[in-house]
This record gives sequence, structure tokens and C-alpha cells, in this order.
Amino acid sequence: MGAVAHGLAVNPVPARSQMGSSLGFHIILACFGIAFAAVTMTAEWIGIRRRDAAALLLARRWSKVMAVLVAVGAVSGTVLSYEMGLLWPGLMGRFGAAIGFPFSMEGIFFFLEAIFVGVYLYGWQRLPAWAHWWSGMPIVVAGVLGAMSVVAANSWMNSPAGYTLSDGKITSVDPVSVFFNASTPYETAHMVLAAYMVTGFLIAGVYAVGLLRGRRDRYHRLGFAVPFTLAGIAAPLQVMMGDIIARFIAHNQPVKFAAMEYVARTTRDAPEWLGGILINGHVYFGAAIPAFDSILAGFSPHTQVIGWDSVPPAQRPPLDTLVHLSFDLMVGLGFFLLALAAWQGWWWWFHRRLLVTAWFLVPSALSGVAAVAAMEAGWVVTEVGRQPWIVYRVLLVSNAVTPASGVPVTLAVMLALYAILTVVSIGVPMIMSRRWRRGAPAEEEAEQVPYGPAPAGAAASAARHPARPAVPRASFGGPEAP
Amino acid sequence: MSPSPEAIAAAAILFVVIAAYALFGGADYGGGIWDLLAGSAGRGAAPRGLIDEAITPVWEANHVWLVFILVLLWTAFPPAFAAIMTALFIPLSLSLLGIVLRGAGFAFRHTAQRLQMQQLTGATFAAASLITPFFMGTVVGAVATGQVPVHPAGNVLAAWTSPTAILTGFLFVAACAYISAVFLILEARQRGHHDLTRYFSLRATAAGALTGALAGATFAELPASAPHVFARLTGIALPLVAISIAAGIVVLVMLWLRWYHALALRVTAAIAVAAVVWGWGLAQYPYLLPTSLPLAAGSAPTAALVAEFVVAGLAVLLVAPGFALLYFLQQRLLLTAAQTDAGLRMAAQPERAPPGRPAVAPAPAATPMTTALVMAVLAIRAIRDVLSPSHRR
Repeated sequence: MGAVAHGLAVNPVPARSQMGSSLGFHIILACFGIAFAAVTMTAEWIGIRRRDAAALLLARRWSKVMAVLVAVGAVSGTVLSYEMGLLWPGLMGRFGAAIGFPFSMEGIFFFLEAIFVGVYLYGWQRLPAWAHWWSGMPIVVAGVLGAMSVVAANSWMNSPAGYTLSDGKITSVDPVSVFFNASTPYETAHMVLAAYMVTGFLIAGVYAVGLLRGRRDRYHRLGFAVPFTLAGIAAPLQVMMGDIIARFIAHNQPVKFAAMEYVARTTRDAPEWLGGILINGHVYFGAAIPAFDSILAGFSPHTQVIGWDSVPPAQRPPLDTLVHLSFDLMVGLGFFLLALAAWQGWWWWFHRRLLVTAWFLVPSALSGVAAVAAMEAGWVVTEVGRQPWIVYRVLLVSNAVTPASGVPVTLAVMLALYAILTVVSIGVPMIMSRRWRRGAPAEEEAEQVPYGPAPAGAAASAARHPARPAVPRASFGGPEAP
Repeated sequence: MSPSPEAIAAAAILFVVIAAYALFGGADYGGGIWDLLAGSAGRGAAPRGLIDEAITPVWEANHVWLVFILVLLWTAFPPAFAAIMTALFIPLSLSLLGIVLRGAGFAFRHTAQRLQMQQLTGATFAAASLITPFFMGTVVGAVATGQVPVHPAGNVLAAWTSPTAILTGFLFVAACAYISAVFLILEARQRGHHDLTRYFSLRATAAGALTGALAGATFAELPASAPHVFARLTGIALPLVAISIAAGIVVLVMLWLRWYHALALRVTAAIAVAAVVWGWGLAQYPYLLPTSLPLAAGSAPTAALVAEFVVAGLAVLLVAPGFALLYFLQQRLLLTAAQTDAGLRMAAQPERAPPGRPAVAPAPAATPMTTALVMAVLAIRAIRDVLSPSHRR
């Protein structure tokens, strides 16, 4: 704890802003890296199994969008690897030996993912239908395991374990304990579910707009239903997971939990604050549910909840209001998405039809944005809530930040570049979809994306059936299949 | 205190990965450099098309090598990583800038429809291909000359602006261009573009000569700027230096004789680059940062190093077959995906028919990783066997 005293020499705010914004940007693309392949493969599976041309066309087009997003994600992921050292040499120099192992594992999974994304995108033309489908499977598996590896590194910062320090130097490491630290299972499950929700709701949102504009064909219904179903399955699991994690945090990182729930003093019968701004120790504009925080934390109003008075002021997270409101936003949006999924599920269960009223489609069109906002808010809670520590109760952010000057400059340049990358990753799929919609299916085949499926064959079959969407020849199991 | 065998092994793995990145990543950047130098939209259309075809499917996988270098360095040698990242904040940030611009330009240029937009994104891609290897070179130069302190208080401008570091930056750019041109000769030949074979053969010769000259100039700087590295380069690492020079000369002779043997040319050019990388590694021994941070003092605990060996083993087991499969499929399938940069090419030759499948099926290319190729073939056969029931259906 003596580290607190001499940790104020360098201002870590620009570095923290740069790390925060690059992580906040990359995490959205990472979601697509984790879950997009599963969405695409579900559509492809329907397409092959039911000989559904619309599903196959969707899968083909989604894989092209996936190519763009994975390419941008590879770049923003490389940026993060650099930034670990450029911004936090104090962390890497001291704890690189411990935190390095999960990152090394992630390297393997990322490698596998990159390779099979290439194979999957190229395989459309030549591989037999099911061979092509299976070539996507490593992407799904590597996506989940890769997410687990990176999240394990972050979890380690929340629950450091598996190393021995002497004189401030690591003298031994237990990589398995580092990887499977106390937070890893919780954070991993939370993140993978979040990835499926973000990806599913964002893609579904695009087709919800199409349905709202009156394009009610099978192509648009499937384009909505497939990703929405995957995200809708993840939504209730996520709410359950969130509840479990909150109790874990109350136990494992009580000061973070105190900031999330505005618990100033350690107490029983702690109230649950909904909304509210903390000014000088008073909560304004918030609604308090008496004793509910204690009930949530331990199923009883008598549960003791630890407040931030348990640690000296210098060790309390700054920006309590931000942490608390982010937490409320995440929970609120989580329930909103759960309600949307339940509504559609209810309708489907009793009517066996897709619900396509505007009352449902308008919020569905916004569900992707909501899922992204919920995920970003969640990361704010976990990262800002851990402050002022970079490694919880071990290393302060201010002792980890680089002494090199120039971070404000790199922050400004990075923000400008990420604005460009955002335009690329939203603009490119939009341009592609506009070209697809322009009517002539042959247009689609002229599309070029990084390592996109080769345009050939399908263009010819599309020309023969101009009214029907183009179907890749190979997708019916090779030329000799019917 | 002499370094533990684990630390030496970790350093060896690191230098294998660096050599792989120098080859694959270097060829990638080199492609961008030749794109930059290809001239106007009309004149440069054909070489640009070939470069694009060659780079596109392997671009991302090539980059993972860099991530591996960073992760290996910070896991196995954390103090060295922290020192390099702090002292060389500026050139590393600039090389990162190049990587981001390159990725953005690359992702967007394939979707850009208008020629101006394609030229802008293409130029971004190409210029960034120049920036990144140059600043990476200055970083290596700064480390080799011992200008990176163990506990830097901030940026060390002098470290990467020394003549040796700047020369190393240029050397990296030239070496990227060289290795890329050699690979592109074979890509062109494989597709039957004889004019492009000649085109890149000339450029490979020029880049090879330039690389040799720059290497000589850097070498001449070393006695004053990096006495430790120089002493070992002319001592124990001399055989590697000699192999690199010999391989470089053999490549030039092969190009002069127009003996474009796919395997021989690739392997010889790769040896020329890899041997010099390993020579640098051997010359730095026993220091991570000559001559202030010895390997023994800068290594992670043994368990962390052993964990990295496990990761390396897993990488070989899992990634190598996948990587081989990707290269195999690229060699065979990309031949039909010849419509890249269609706009640029059409601007050059409006009357030209859209490129289709070559009339004669080209012979499968021999790759330097022959063993990996065998594994890839087996993997494809396995996939086919698994799928045969649905095939017969």
C-alpha cells in the first residue's frame, strides 16, 4: 500500500483515455469475431439442410461483411497489444511474466481464427457444402476460447493470482492459476454472452429496418430471425449471469461493488439505488428501494454490504456516479433486451409466426445499439470500478503508466484514426448492402472484400434466374448433387 | 550469472518468430512498397493487381506474427519489453500508425468504387507499408546499438535517430522490397504473367543490390556504434553472416540466369533474410539490451518460460497445419479470384475481357514448407472423407 504515496508523479488520464477508447472500439469488433461466424453458420446450416436459397444468400453476404469486420478487428487488436507496452510499461515490466500466458494462448486462437476465416471465405466456391460449413467451426470454437484467454488477462487484473513477489519482482509464476483466476469463469461467460447479444441484435436490427420499410420477403425475415434467435437465447442467460456476477463482485471486489451501488458505509439493510447522482456524499435524483441491495447481495435484508469507507479515500474508485449510472444502464438495457426476446418468443410459441408489427420492430431495430451500449457500460463498470488499481490491490495505475511524453498526441491521433476505422467498418457493409439491394444479383458477385469469396459460378446461375437470389453452386453438395 | 537454458530457449523461439515475421510480414510490406512504386493508375495496374492477389488472403495471418513477437517479449523478457516500449515510444507509435492506416486502406480499397477513392485508399495502404518497416528498423537499430536504457525516464530520441538506427530503418525497407519482389516473381510465373515475371525480376535484383549496399553501410557503422554486436558478428556469428551474404549472391545469380526455380529461389531468399536475423540475435547474446541488461537478469521465472514453450508447442500442433492449409488453398483457389482492383485494371485496359480462369490449369506451386504442405493435403483429404456421405446422398 506504500505505493499509493509515490504514485502521483505521472498523470495517467491521457493513457487511460487512450486505452479505454481503443478497448471500447475493439470490443465491438471482437464481438463479431466471437459470434458472427456462429450466426453465419446457422444461416448456412438452414440453407444446406432445407435447400433454402435465401438462407444461403444471407450466409454468403454475411461472410463478406465478416471479412471486413475481422480485418478491422485484427488491426485494432494489434493496436491493443502495442498499447499494453506503450502505455503501461510499469504493468508489463513487473507482471508481464504472469499476464503474458493468457495473451499467448489468445495468440494461438487468434491465429486459428484468422486462418479459418480465410478458408471459410474462400471455400464458398470450391469446397463441398458440408465441408465448407465445417471449415467455419474452428472460427466459432477459437472465438470463444480466444475471448476466454483475453478475458482471463483482464480477470487477472481484478483477481491477481498465481505468482510470488519478492522485493517487487516476480520470482515464480503458476500459469494455470493465472489463467483460471477467481474472476475468469464469470467474466468469460459474461463476455461471450455479450458478444452473441451484440452481434445478434446488431444484425437483426439491420433486417428489422428492412422489414419496417416493407421488405417482408423470406430473405429479410430469415435475416432478422436467425441472429435475433441467437441473441434472444443469450439474453436471459446473460441476465442470470449478471445477477450471479454481482454477488461475486460484492464478495471479491467489495469497493467496486460499493461504487456500483452507492454504498458509502458498511451496513445491513443496504438500499438499492436506481439512478441518482452522487454529490458530496448525497444521492440526488435517485430512487432507493429499501434493503433491496442487501437482498440482491445475499438473499436477505440482513446481509452486510461492505461500503467504500472500508478503504482509505486514495484507494476508492473515482467517478462513482459514472460507475453507478453505467451499471444501471447495463442492467436496464439487459432487461429491455430480455423483454424483446421474450415478446418474440411468446409470439412464436403460440402463433408459430414471426412477429413483425412496427411496435416490435422499431425497438428491435434499436436493439443492437442497446446491446453495444450495455456492453460498453459494463466495461466502464469493471474498468473504472477497479481504479485506482491496474492490478487490484497490487499495482496502481499511476505506477504502471509510461513516463514517455507524447501520450496526449497519440491519443488525439488514435481518436482520429478510429473515427476513420468506424467509418470503414460501418460504411463498407452499407455500401455493399446498397449494391446488393440495387436489384441485379450479378452486382453482388463483383463485390470485393479482403479475402472475400471469389466471384464466379454463382454469377452465371444468377443470370439464368434473375428473379431468384444467387445461390452458390457448391452449396448444394457439388455439381453432381441435384 | 549465466542465463538459464530456458531463457536461451525462449530467446531462440523469439528469434524464430522474428525471422518468420521478417519473411511473411516483410513480403507483405514489400508488396505495399512495390504498389507505391508501380507508377500511374494505367501503368501500375497489372503489377498492382498481382500484388493484391498475392497479399489479400494471407494479409491478416501474416500479422499475427507481430502479435506473437510482442507477447513473447513481454512474457519472457518483461523488463526489456518495458524499457523498449518506453524509450522508443515515438518510433513504435509511428510503426503502429502505419499498421492502422494500412489496415484501414486495405479494408476500404476493395469496396471503393470510384477510381479516385481507390487511388486514395491504395496510396494510404502503400505509404503505410513504407512507414511501418522503416520505424521497426530504427527500433531494432536502437536496441542493437545499446541505446535503450534499462530504466528509461521517458522517450530517448537519440536512441533511434543515430546513423546506425536510421540506416537499419532503410535496410528493413529495402529487405522487405527485396523478399517481396522475389516472391512476386514466382506468383507472376505461376499465373503465367511472363511480363510481370520479368518486371519483378528486375526489381528484385535492384532491391537485392540495394539491400546488400545498405547492409554493408550499416555494418561499417557498427564498430563505433555497437562494439559488442560488431565483435560477435565478426566472431561467433560470422558463419551466419557469411551464409546470408552467400544466399543473397546466389539469388542474384539465379535472377541473372533467369532460373526461376520456385522452391530454390524462395528458400535461398528466405535464408538470406533469416540468417541475418539470427546473426543479429546471436550477436546480442548474452544481452537483451546490450550491454546493460543481460539475458539472465531480464528473463521471466522459469515456469512462465516453460508455459511459453507449451504455447509454442501448441502453436506448432494447431496453427502450422491450419497455416499450411491456408497457403495451400491460396495457391490453388486464388487463381480464380482474379477480379481484384477491377476498376483500376479496367481504367488501364477498357477493352480487356474480365480475367477468368486460366485455360491451362497451373501446376501446384511448390512452397518452402513442403512438410506442412503434406499435412495440408492430408487435412483436406480428411475433410473430404468426413464429407463423402453427404456427397453421395
